[in-house]
Amino acid sequence: MAKGESVAGSDIPAGGFVQLLTPDGERVDTVTTADGTTYSVDFTDEEYRGLYRDLVTVRRLDSEAVALQRQGELGIWASLLGQEAAQVGSGRALRPQDMAFPTYREHGVLYCRGIDPIMPFGLFRGVDQGGWDPNEFKFNTYTIVIGSQTLHATGYAMGVTMDGKTGSADGEAVIAYFGDGATSQGEVNESFVWSGVFNAPIVFFCQNNQYAISEPLERQTRVPLYQRAGGYGFPGIRVDGNDVLATYAVTRAALDNARNGQGPTLIEAYTYRMGAHTSSDDPTRYRNGSEVEAWKAKDPISRLKAFLSKQKIAKKDFFAEVDAEANRQALDLRERVLEMPDPQPVTLFDNVYPNGSPEIDAQRTAFAEYQASFEGSAH
Amino acid sequence: MITLGKALNHGLRRALEDDPKVVIMGEDVGKLGGVFRITDALQKDFGEDRVIDTPLAEAGIIGTAVGLAIRGYRPVCEIQFDGFVFPAYNQIVAQVAKMHYRSKGKVRLPLVIRIPFGGGIGAVEHHSESPEAYFAHTPGLKVVTCANPADAYTMIQQAIASDDPVIFFEPKRRYWEKGEVDLDAPLSGAFPLHSARVARPGTDATVLAYGPMVRVALDAATAAAEDGRELEVIDLRSLSPIDYPVIFESVRRTGRAIVVHEAPGNAGLGAEIAARITEECFYSLEAPVLRVTGYDIPYPAARIEEEYLPDLDRVLDAVDRSFGW
Repeated sequence: MAKGESVAGSDIPAGGFVQLLTPDGERVDTVTTADGTTYSVDFTDEEYRGLYRDLVTVRRLDSEAVALQRQGELGIWASLLGQEAAQVGSGRALRPQDMAFPTYREHGVLYCRGIDPIMPFGLFRGVDQGGWDPNEFKFNTYTIVIGSQTLHATGYAMGVTMDGKTGSADGEAVIAYFGDGATSQGEVNESFVWSGVFNAPIVFFCQNNQYAISEPLERQTRVPLYQRAGGYGFPGIRVDGNDVLATYAVTRAALDNARNGQGPTLIEAYTYRMGAHTSSDDPTRYRNGSEVEAWKAKDPISRLKAFLSKQKIAKKDFFAEVDAEANRQALDLRERVLEMPDPQPVTLFDNVYPNGSPEIDAQRTAFAEYQASFEGSAH
Repeated sequence: MITLGKALNHGLRRALEDDPKVVIMGEDVGKLGGVFRITDALQKDFGEDRVIDTPLAEAGIIGTAVGLAIRGYRPVCEIQFDGFVFPAYNQIVAQVAKMHYRSKGKVRLPLVIRIPFGGGIGAVEHHSESPEAYFAHTPGLKVVTCANPADAYTMIQQAIASDDPVIFFEPKRRYWEKGEVDLDAPLSGAFPLHSARVARPGTDATVLAYGPMVRVALDAATAAAEDGRELEVIDLRSLSPIDYPVIFESVRRTGRAIVVHEAPGNAGLGAEIAARITEECFYSLEAPVLRVTGYDIPYPAARIEEEYLPDLDRVLDAVDRSFGW
């Protein structure tokens, strides 16, 4: 790996990772890993600015969600704070034809898929369970049970192969998102087995944010997560998850390998969840402030901002404009969230079965009659 | 005349022929043709992409089938034995059952999970269980079982053609029983998948059974007829939803109902059916709805399983108790 040496107290994990942008905003032109793969990115100034805009926007929308939760407008929220680069880098590396299977924190990837950012708010506000069309946007529903979606992604990827959509540069690929905690799940391991055996066109994108609610990485594994891939017969690679350029480069390469018929890759995006697991927990109980401060210094947005400034790719007025626009979007989102109507009660019975069921139809009818019996009464 | 197992094989073959999106997947379903040979020769004729031998992990079988279904395929998964379904339980109840609801109807999962179930074949533990109530309790799943070769042939095709996720329980000890099957019958002319069947008309009491117990109930009815009691036997076929109109009509006519199943009685389907009959047919009942079920114990060792399984005598005893009320 590029930063092969692990130094006590350094910000580089043992075993290193692919990094193309240092925390100080210095560009690393190329990184060549031990297996001879070279990673780089070649963005236009406009593309660099676009990535910056994405990062700022998804963070701002997320902070608005945290505020809405604190104000009682959301039942719960799973914040992505700190993980913007991992999500935007990987999300922008996807091509339109690629399919993504998220867990429940991938609001940044969702944004990159072109889905209205209000969509996950239905789930967290409690007016639905996620209402976007996975087929239209190539982004499946959020999955709450940890790791279950990795198998869905694997099966989907097997279908891609069966459809003959791999083996060329414009083939399809699949990406499965999960966290460090999920790697302890049997189903994630089964998805690795399946993908290896069937050479599925899939990228496993693990955002190692260091904690599964309160449990640190040491409670999940004794080896770096990316190294597990070898046991399943496909490559694993670790990337600086706070570096949007590196996550983009590594994900794009892995997706291209998949679409070209070269099978799965496990990417460990080494990052940090700056906030709580969800708005329900209290991270001060299980981690100390100095750790959080150390990670703050590796912030994905400030490093890209420093790079853009130093390279004169963007100036003050650009940053101000991005902030203002993100703010405008956040306030617009706030208004729309507050206006999200509660569903009609009778919709309880919708979509249990595609073509209905006599029992549920009868319950719906009885429910509707019961509801109607209150009309005009004091209730 | 063909066996129930062969009827399933023919039904699967026809589904594979009719729809290129149908794929069969499971442990040993390919070269071996399944441990019960239900998928015999299908891989040979349809290839390894249509009849897929999978790694040995049940959650993986169901979880990847979910992904294939999202991709537009119609997977037919085989769980090798009833007691092996539990590693896949999370995928079935938390994912398969809910994805249509969760996605506001945007995602359809037209997949079938075939499970050979029930006892009576002298097997070791985990090979004789009746876990249907777990799945019938889960909204979003349809749960069915067949009791004879003709139904097996029709119902497996209906399950595959359905856009609902279907848990398809196969009465494994009836795999070798023979019956007439019209292999050319068009599916469009068949009964709805969720409909119960009056397996034997009668006037004096209604015996409700499904899967492997239908044969037991029919034998009991034959024996009861010698004593002058005409039992009506209803084969439920569908366990979720249950075809209650047929049940209610019968019980209102006979005034007596006995539910028979192999699964433990506690919180089993018999309890649900008895409650519903009581709610709907109370004034028609001459006696409480009785249940004849397995005991509330883990499925026992094979040498004493006959003591566990409801048999003709236990059904007739229940009939006697009903008339003695």
